[in-house]
Amino acid sequence: MASNNFITPAKAARGLGSAKSGTLTHIRQLVSAIALIFLVPWFVYSVICAMGGDMADAQAWVGKPWNAVLLILTAGAAFYHMRIGMQIIVEDYIAKTGTKSALLILNSFACIALFVTVALSVLKIWIGAGA
Amino acid sequence: MTGTSRADTRPLSPHLQIWRFHITMAASITHRITGVALYFGTFLITAWLVALATNASCYSVIESVISAWYGQVILFLWAVAVLYHFANGIRFLLWAGPNIGFDPKTASTVSVFIYLFAIIGAAAMFAATTWL
Repeated sequence: MASNNFITPAKAARGLGSAKSGTLTHIRQLVSAIALIFLVPWFVYSVICAMGGDMADAQAWVGKPWNAVLLILTAGAAFYHMRIGMQIIVEDYIAKTGTKSALLILNSFACIALFVTVALSVLKIWIGAGA
Repeated sequence: MTGTSRADTRPLSPHLQIWRFHITMAASITHRITGVALYFGTFLITAWLVALATNASCYSVIESVISAWYGQVILFLWAVAVLYHFANGIRFLLWAGPNIGFDPKTASTVSVFIYLFAIIGAAAMFAATTWL
């Protein structure tokens, strides 16, 4: 490592501190958490109420405009929140750049795919209900 | 450390085994574990919604899984994870925003209550769906 002799102190220190982009991610995680404080109790209460019924009851519940809107909002906030959460866990524990990058990309794809799947399922039931 | 040419040599988070056990440390790692559990729980909720949007034969498969004993176990654990992550998440927001509950004694007491809230709350939810 003879080339070390030519590295300036600033060059040697760069990249060893924080990544500097963590604060915005943290704020996003807190804001989506605030949204979920309101959405999750509604969702859990609704699921408990819907537990007793059959398929037609569940479809009728999703088909109501307010429920459809709140379901897609809950899905959006939840998938946003869990994408950041899983990103933080991967960044915390996986050191290898290749493995880490692969898992981060997989995490993004999975969360976005899940959101689109939920949103379209809810829309299909909602439109099918004729609301 | 000197002379390394790797681009990404930032320190990793300290792993679980280097901590001496105390209740706030347990509460912290439980928050992370329940978060991962809820992550994969959303796959199941998504499957339920897709089945609901598809047809009756598809939905009956999901229903038979939910009503089976392992489905009920998963549902109970999901309820515990939701309640825990919810309550502890509110505590995180109170720490981050108005700076409430940070002194060690309060933090330890609240940790115990969050565990109790999650388990008793999930049991109450199951009792409500079974007997009401």
